[in-house]
Amino acid sequence: MSKIKQRFVALPKPVKILLWVLLALFAYALPLLEPPIISTPGVDFGGVLFVVTMYCLVAIGLNIVVGYAGLLDLGYVGFYAIGAYTAAVLTSFHAHWPLLLAIPVAVVVTTISGVLLGAPTLRVRGDYLAIVTLGFGEIIRLVAVNSEWLNQRKGISDIARPPSIGGQEGLFEIPHLFWGDGTVLVDTKDTTQFLVFGVLDQIPYYWLGLTVVIVMLFADRLIKNSRVGRAWEATREDEDAAELMGVPTFKFKLLAFATGAFVGGLAGSLYASRQNFINPDSFLLLYSILFLAAVVVGGQGNRWGVLVGAILVAYLPQRFREFDDFRVLAFGLALVLLATLRPEGLFPPRRTVRAKHLEQELEELEEGAGGEESARV
Amino acid sequence: MNFEFLFSNLPQLTIGGLAFGAIYALIALGYTMVYGVLQLINFAHSEVFMYGTFAMLWTVMALGGADAGGIKLVAILIAALFSAMAMSAIIALLLERVAYRPLIKKDAPRLIALISAIGASFVLAELMGLRDRIAGWFGLDDNLSEYVGKARINNSMAGVLDAPRWKIGNVTISSIDVLVIVAAVGMMILLDQFVRRSRLGKGIRATSQDPETAALMGVNPTRTIQLTFLIGGLMAGIAAFLYMLKIETTKFDVGFLLGVKAFTAAVLGGIGNLRGALLGGLVLGVAETWGSALFGTEWRHVVAFVLLVVILLFRPTGLLGESLGKARA
Amino acid sequence: MRRNKVFAAGAAALALGLSLTACGTTDDKDSGSSGGGGGDAACDLKLAFFGPETGPAAGLGKPIIQGAQLAVDQYNDDADCEVELVKYDSQGSPDEAPSLATEVAGDESIIGVVGPAFSGESAAAGPIFAEGGVPTITPSATNPTLADNGWDTFHRALGNDATQGPAAAKYIQDTLQAKGTFVIDDASEYGAGLAGIVEDTLGDTVVGTDTIQAGDTDFSATVTKVTDAKPDAVFFGGYYAEATILIGQLRNGGFDGTFVVADGVKDPAYLDAKDAAEGTIITCPCIPDTDPAVATFAADYEAEFGEAPGTYAAESFDAASIFLAGIADGIDNREDMLTFVNDYDEKGITKQLKFDDKGEPADVHVYAYTVKDGAIVPEGEIK
Repeated sequence: MSKIKQRFVALPKPVKILLWVLLALFAYALPLLEPPIISTPGVDFGGVLFVVTMYCLVAIGLNIVVGYAGLLDLGYVGFYAIGAYTAAVLTSFHAHWPLLLAIPVAVVVTTISGVLLGAPTLRVRGDYLAIVTLGFGEIIRLVAVNSEWLNQRKGISDIARPPSIGGQEGLFEIPHLFWGDGTVLVDTKDTTQFLVFGVLDQIPYYWLGLTVVIVMLFADRLIKNSRVGRAWEATREDEDAAELMGVPTFKFKLLAFATGAFVGGLAGSLYASRQNFINPDSFLLLYSILFLAAVVVGGQGNRWGVLVGAILVAYLPQRFREFDDFRVLAFGLALVLLATLRPEGLFPPRRTVRAKHLEQELEELEEGAGGEESARV
Repeated sequence: MNFEFLFSNLPQLTIGGLAFGAIYALIALGYTMVYGVLQLINFAHSEVFMYGTFAMLWTVMALGGADAGGIKLVAILIAALFSAMAMSAIIALLLERVAYRPLIKKDAPRLIALISAIGASFVLAELMGLRDRIAGWFGLDDNLSEYVGKARINNSMAGVLDAPRWKIGNVTISSIDVLVIVAAVGMMILLDQFVRRSRLGKGIRATSQDPETAALMGVNPTRTIQLTFLIGGLMAGIAAFLYMLKIETTKFDVGFLLGVKAFTAAVLGGIGNLRGALLGGLVLGVAETWGSALFGTEWRHVVAFVLLVVILLFRPTGLLGESLGKARA
Repeated sequence: MRRNKVFAAGAAALALGLSLTACGTTDDKDSGSSGGGGGDAACDLKLAFFGPETGPAAGLGKPIIQGAQLAVDQYNDDADCEVELVKYDSQGSPDEAPSLATEVAGDESIIGVVGPAFSGESAAAGPIFAEGGVPTITPSATNPTLADNGWDTFHRALGNDATQGPAAAKYIQDTLQAKGTFVIDDASEYGAGLAGIVEDTLGDTVVGTDTIQAGDTDFSATVTKVTDAKPDAVFFGGYYAEATILIGQLRNGGFDGTFVVADGVKDPAYLDAKDAAEGTIITCPCIPDTDPAVATFAADYEAEFGEAPGTYAAESFDAASIFLAGIADGIDNREDMLTFVNDYDEKGITKQLKFDDKGEPADVHVYAYTVKDGAIVPEGEIK
């Protein structure tokens, strides 16, 4: 694994960029290729991929809060819900704005709500924050359940879809591949119109989601490598030391919370648009837990790790639909196994790996070898 | 807001709140003990409770509680109490062994233990929810249909116990509510004394203060952790018994909501603090019924969480402050 | 999205699908991914169940699945070409609905859908079924607004909240002659919708209302509200899970009036409340089992699944039976099936099955049932 990585790092820059572009192209083409094994029997592949991109987006956002700033957030679905409901209210229930106007408003509203939640609660430390955020997520959902203004459990339908490019027919048609026994066919009857956000074809939504994910990855990279990113890291590792060194930790924690809320709101509004209908059942506490699982399983703090985590959490239960009733059971088992076998996550960030090595070396120096069993986690 | 209704029915509402709050408190103990020693949110503790409710239900069914009366019924209920405690304790110990110990050994980050607990919680709940299918693999689903049937819906033992009720003025007091409150407070006092005075209790406190020094002083950390889980499990078993007396119905996912509430209660009182768990549970229970009376029952959970946020803003470590080890009260 | 003409390409052309050479027609019957086209008449046809098989709502999904399964099994017993019932497990969540509905719409061999089971997922999946021309008959989604979306594929095999609510209110007013009624709902679409209509119809005689949340088990505040208001009757809009616990706590709290509920409680599991359930009035737009056809269904169901038919099992059986009658008539595509369903007019086991132009059942009669000696027995039609 690390050898492949070393070889990749050693490649000249143009080649690296080319490889990245090829990877992105492959990702875009995935629902058209419908490769067997990867594609999902029993549920629309494009639709699943769209949901996967939403989980990726959420994981990127939550990673900023949990991975970078070290704030345990168990109510992230609340931000997702605020984004979705703002888009729904503005484009369908109380007004008829176009979606492209509603999304920025939704994102701003969510960011503000992040600041409003964070300002009082970020003063409590550690696990208290977890239960407070959990409460926040539930409050958001219950308010939606109980307020007529948000149409209670009946939900809001006819949420605006993104505008299509090239009218109802699109600019051109892209055929899908069809996999028979040993032959691969290009199916000219089963096509996707570029770029029509319609009812039956989920692929354009996936492309939209993927594009947003890629943009967010670039933004994430910029912010992580900036002064802000370093301040988050310092706060996470030792808040008091960071404060002593002149990092206004509270301000940076609030910023992390708001940034996370921003991304969550964006994901929520996109999701509402493809879904066309939302009700409070889409924002259960369970989703907060799944989002967190995506971040931690992948390796909190590592943007590629959390992407992998998000893909696993969103994709595996859909791929293995044939497990039927046993899906949730199998998913739970997978979580326990992953946790016990790879406690640092699948792809821990480089810093953690280095720190772990260093710790081990120190320990060996101190006590010879081995190291005693510690009761603390 | 219906203040008039709240005040004219204050005693009745308060009793209802205290009774359910006492159950929160007993479950909260499991969260608080584990947190005190390991600084871990034992997310799967709700399933420990859920298995206890089923042990109680099955014991009553197996011993023919529906047709029994008098002394026989009392004996059956006592047997049910012990089986609920045993079942919960076994599940709690199993959890420690499978989901936590490997992580503790590897000195894993704390969050991954939370994920492991969440996974274990899914597995435990689904095993119960799929018990008809699993029994089917062994061809037992016909013989055991009474027990494994209705895997995904409510399982009820209504009609087994017709508890006496007293009417004082316009207040109806159920003997079960009284039993629940008295039992919860009693258990809490016993446990508090145990942790304060006994050798094992001192070990728990020492480990929660400083595990390494405690280990050096001869406290076996693994034993202590096991003991913590065992006590949490026993308390959850008692909670399960009382819950079944009061509500008479359980389901494979009954633990989830109660677990969230119990954890809230633990934090409210000051996590890691035994007396805090009792206080937090009772305060939460009463706040919920009063809130339901004032704003309508649909806002019950909102009231609970808003209360939590408000209290944490003013007392950032809960009502009584944290720490099992320092044992300040 | 029919696949009758396809271009074949070598496996080597995988890389971004360039160089398409050989031409050919394939009939891809063997395909596992997305189903093949028709061809040999009424064989290889499928019906789909769309609703919760797993997840928190699985308890409500099970009788619906079994009802449809029974209809399909009975049809297959003496049919040359077997019909398959494919289950699309939405977990009852609107989240899963669009991807699943798209898959259903893409599989041309599915010519009818029993479901979606809940109103939320119906709202999310409805536009997709309408666009794909997939006829649907829901056995359990009762939100009245679902029929107003202009989806020509939408049908409902049971009365919506707006038909049952007034009947329940009428029973409370005329038969029980309650001077005061307390209305409780469970905040679900079904329960809140129904309770809202009952409340509006009863008007001034409503002495109080409260809303619980599905999944709650402690109703002490609600019970206190009821005993404080001293009503003659309590109406509860919701499902049997909460009703069973609620009635027990109401009786313990000292409420001795009549408990009135609707079809979401007409389930054998409600009888778990034992003595507390006695005397409960259940309204249901379904024919009593004194009718021989209904009795046969109940007996067959019990023989096959080892339990009495639960909530909406009979409606689901009816919904599947309509599609199966169409298949028996030689229908092999969705368009004809839709016409067939729209023109259908036969007696089912719950009611006369005939749909109006919005897809609502044309002729709904609501009956009152009561719990007596541990059984749900019919009392007569509410007129």
